[in-house]
Amino acid sequence: MTTISIRNVWKEYDERVVLERINLEIESRAFVALVGPSGCGKTTFLRMLLSEESPTRGEILIDGKPIAGEPTAERGVVFQRYSVFPHLTVLGNVLLALEFEKGGCFARLFGTARRKAIEEARAMLDCVGLGGNEKKYPAQLSGGMQQRLALAQTLIRKPKVLLLDEPFGALDPGIRGDIHALMRRLWNEEELTVVMVTHDLSEAFGLATRVIAFERPRLDPVDGDRYGAVIKDDIEVWPRRIAGQPSPHRDETKSITAPGRDDPAQDQGQARDDLALPA
Amino acid sequence: MRAINRQPRSGVRLLLGALPFVLVAILYLTGSALRLADNPQDKLLPALSTFAATIDRMAFTPDGRTGEILWWVDTAASLARLVVALAISTLISLVIGVAIGLLPHVKALLGSFVGVVSMVPPLAILPILFIVLGLGEPSKITLIIIGLAPVMIRDLALRTEELPRQQLIKAQTLGASTFGIVQRVVLPQILPRLLDSLRLSLGPAWLFLIAAEAIASESGLGYRIFLVRRYLAMDVILPYVAWITLLAFLMDFGLQKLQNRLFPWFAAARAA
Repeated sequence: MTTISIRNVWKEYDERVVLERINLEIESRAFVALVGPSGCGKTTFLRMLLSEESPTRGEILIDGKPIAGEPTAERGVVFQRYSVFPHLTVLGNVLLALEFEKGGCFARLFGTARRKAIEEARAMLDCVGLGGNEKKYPAQLSGGMQQRLALAQTLIRKPKVLLLDEPFGALDPGIRGDIHALMRRLWNEEELTVVMVTHDLSEAFGLATRVIAFERPRLDPVDGDRYGAVIKDDIEVWPRRIAGQPSPHRDETKSITAPGRDDPAQDQGQARDDLALPA
Repeated sequence: MRAINRQPRSGVRLLLGALPFVLVAILYLTGSALRLADNPQDKLLPALSTFAATIDRMAFTPDGRTGEILWWVDTAASLARLVVALAISTLISLVIGVAIGLLPHVKALLGSFVGVVSMVPPLAILPILFIVLGLGEPSKITLIIIGLAPVMIRDLALRTEELPRQQLIKAQTLGASTFGIVQRVVLPQILPRLLDSLRLSLGPAWLFLIAAEAIASESGLGYRIFLVRRYLAMDVILPYVAWITLLAFLMDFGLQKLQNRLFPWFAAARAA
């Protein structure tokens, strides 16, 4: 059970107010999507949840306790880019997460512990549909497969909170559909509270239990920087998705392959990078 | 078709590559032949036969006075200095460079200091080195290190800072300590870049080596060149220069191969 409380959080850089009066209670196992126009501070907000930045005012609590001042293993993250380590193979990337956890000062595992960790890592890779690619380097993977790897690497540490910073924004539409299906499954199976930043509204409503819209309300040409973005809308997605229960939405167990309106037209079943997930 | 779009065919490419070498050779041989026809005693542009005789004397015949084969004695002396100096510079720059690039406190402490030190012209302090360290090996090796290390430190600090911030955050969310990040995330990615830095440092390294050997030494490639200069012995100087060039080229080539061998992921990751 992991709740996140954001209490009257402000973020200012020098004279510029980015976010103001952000109050939010995120219940356990929710899937919150943050949407809003570019530059409205949604990524800044995520970075504060990650402790990459600290709020100027206010506080952020996880399970009632203030979050640590630096990133910790209780909050996993997948970025749009640079989420995996280019110098390690697919298996090495997932294994590294376990080695950081159990490998002690030198972050390395040996003997039985290593064999056990490799087994665990392989199971995780199978789970995200990367089985058979263990020996490849990230540069040899497609964008979608790299994000699957990033998810596997993050989730093997069993974080309580998963933070996603436009993780699927750079992917082709078909591939995005597959990875959405994977994301839904992972959210259902793992004990996760998810916060995702996205600029894609259909993605937000297609995955989340709750969609939060940030907006800079006062467009003052002289003093615009004095006002930060606030929460404009807080929408509960209906009918409710509940983690671990069958979805009330149609067709969600399958992947969405229909491209969005603005997406390039494409063949069904082509350009899909996922061979392991059931179609 | 625009010039930027014209690609030479592979045969043409090879020919173009060879052209400058052939031109230089032709120029030299013509010049040499003309001067020697004018004056058979001319020392400035020796004939190929003179080179052959000299190389045979220097590289394959023991010296009459010492019984040593000078070519190899010089080569060994120079390479020993160079390798020791490169190794020490590499070690220093790796430790300090990564620390500056990764740790804000170390950057605050050493960043500007290294920036200033790297602007000191090393040859200008060579006399100080000779006074303080004497004329032996330490002063020559120190000169090379002073010439290389600050630049390499700055280079590696920049490379370390260039690593995507996301990677460091990600590692922290996987529970890594600073030491763990250094070992498993930063060092493995900096080492191939270190080899790049080392390759670029080979030129300056030879420069400082030969400068130091020219001023005070009893052996070494640079020492020999500056010794025989007194006799206008171009038949020794030119083969030595060619030999130094070949050694430097081989070192560069070897480091490049080493990089490909040890870090197979690097080429693709750099392109991405």
